Amino acid sequence: MDQSLSTQHKPEIPWRMIGLLVLGVIAWLAAYNIIQPLANWIAYSLLAQPQGSHLGDSLAFFFYDVPKIILLLGGMIFLISLLRTFFSAEQTRAWLGGKREGVGNVLAAMLGIVTPFCSCSAVPLFIGFVESGIPLGVTFSFLIAAPTINEVAVIMLFGLFGWKVAGLYIASGLVISILAGIVIGRLKMERYVEDFVWQLQSQENGVTENLTLQERVERSWASVKEIVGKVWLYVVVGIAVGAGIHGYVPDAALAGIMGKQEWWSVPAAVLVGIPLYSNAAGVIPIVSALMEKGASLGTVLAFMMSVVGLSLPETIILRRVLKPQLIAVFIGVIAVAIIITGYLFNWIM
Amino acid sequence: MLTIKVLGSGCANCKRVEQIVRKIVDEMSLEAEIVKVTEYPEIMKYNVMSTPGLVVNEKLVSAGRIPTPAEVTTFLTNALMAE
Repeated sequence: MDQSLSTQHKPEIPWRMIGLLVLGVIAWLAAYNIIQPLANWIAYSLLAQPQGSHLGDSLAFFFYDVPKIILLLGGMIFLISLLRTFFSAEQTRAWLGGKREGVGNVLAAMLGIVTPFCSCSAVPLFIGFVESGIPLGVTFSFLIAAPTINEVAVIMLFGLFGWKVAGLYIASGLVISILAGIVIGRLKMERYVEDFVWQLQSQENGVTENLTLQERVERSWASVKEIVGKVWLYVVVGIAVGAGIHGYVPDAALAGIMGKQEWWSVPAAVLVGIPLYSNAAGVIPIVSALMEKGASLGTVLAFMMSVVGLSLPETIILRRVLKPQLIAVFIGVIAVAIIITGYLFNWIM
Repeated sequence: MLTIKVLGSGCANCKRVEQIVRKIVDEMSLEAEIVKVTEYPEIMKYNVMSTPGLVVNEKLVSAGRIPTPAEVTTFLTNALMAE
């Protein structure tokens, strides 16, 4: 082999990129540590609101939570996107091929978290899975986990409720996806998939890419800009409303309607959540404030899952490949699973 | 002449890919036919599992993301050289 060609193929250590990443981490940590004193200074000194007053506390809450959530979203989405450059729908399909019910459902739900997914891709992904012989139930475990355990929802739960609630949310999302997938698989719903799906012939592999660190970082940064650009306004409005509730609504005012005494609060939360998909980023800060005023954790988690997991737009898209009976079962099984989760958390907490 | 296909059901990301492709085709002053493929059976022929997909002269070059303008330029240049 030619000398110049062999040196060209030697992997170089991308020092410049690593240096930039380290600088980025330092800047992020510095910013994250400065926002609390800064928020207090703006609310109590610059705007001269007395500490402990309704308006002063609401303002301090707002000026702290907005930059905190935006920073968390930016940092975590970057890391998640970086991780996701190592996964692809094609790779996931290869991993799921030939897996039995059970093992397959568990793996599908977990891969649903890390595989890049957008609800506009739900149909090609569904077709790709089903035509390569992955069982319908396993495919559904993936299709339920991917939007439900959504990075924006998890990050905002972490930022506003702490790691325990975020962890509980991920765990219940996984259990719901696994069980709902197994139920749908057992119901033998194959004939309720639109016929054209079964007639398609799969071909050889799509694009496979070998990326350099620089390309991975560039793509991750692009998705940070895209996602934060899309949700920041919802975050600001949501936190503003949340801050208002925080400062003005008396404590425990909501225990009566959103607390655990009322049996209907969980199903009601799920029903209200279904059409609210696009506002997930704005809903969480409001919900966080509601919980502070007496809404119970189970009701809040059920609401969140319903908002992100049972989305109307995704259901409409899936109608292209699923007959109405299967759509109804899909929504029904997830709704029931979320309601059970809600009751469970209201009962144990 | 190049045949460029944008695969996707018409979501925001697919439109973005189409815009980028049109811009680059104009900049390079290429003769190209740009087709939007929105029907799933047709999209699945290219074995794409995540949209938007980009096909140049029947070859899938990108799927599941919005390629950068620089990447699109490379895809088109490569296709021209292969012609």
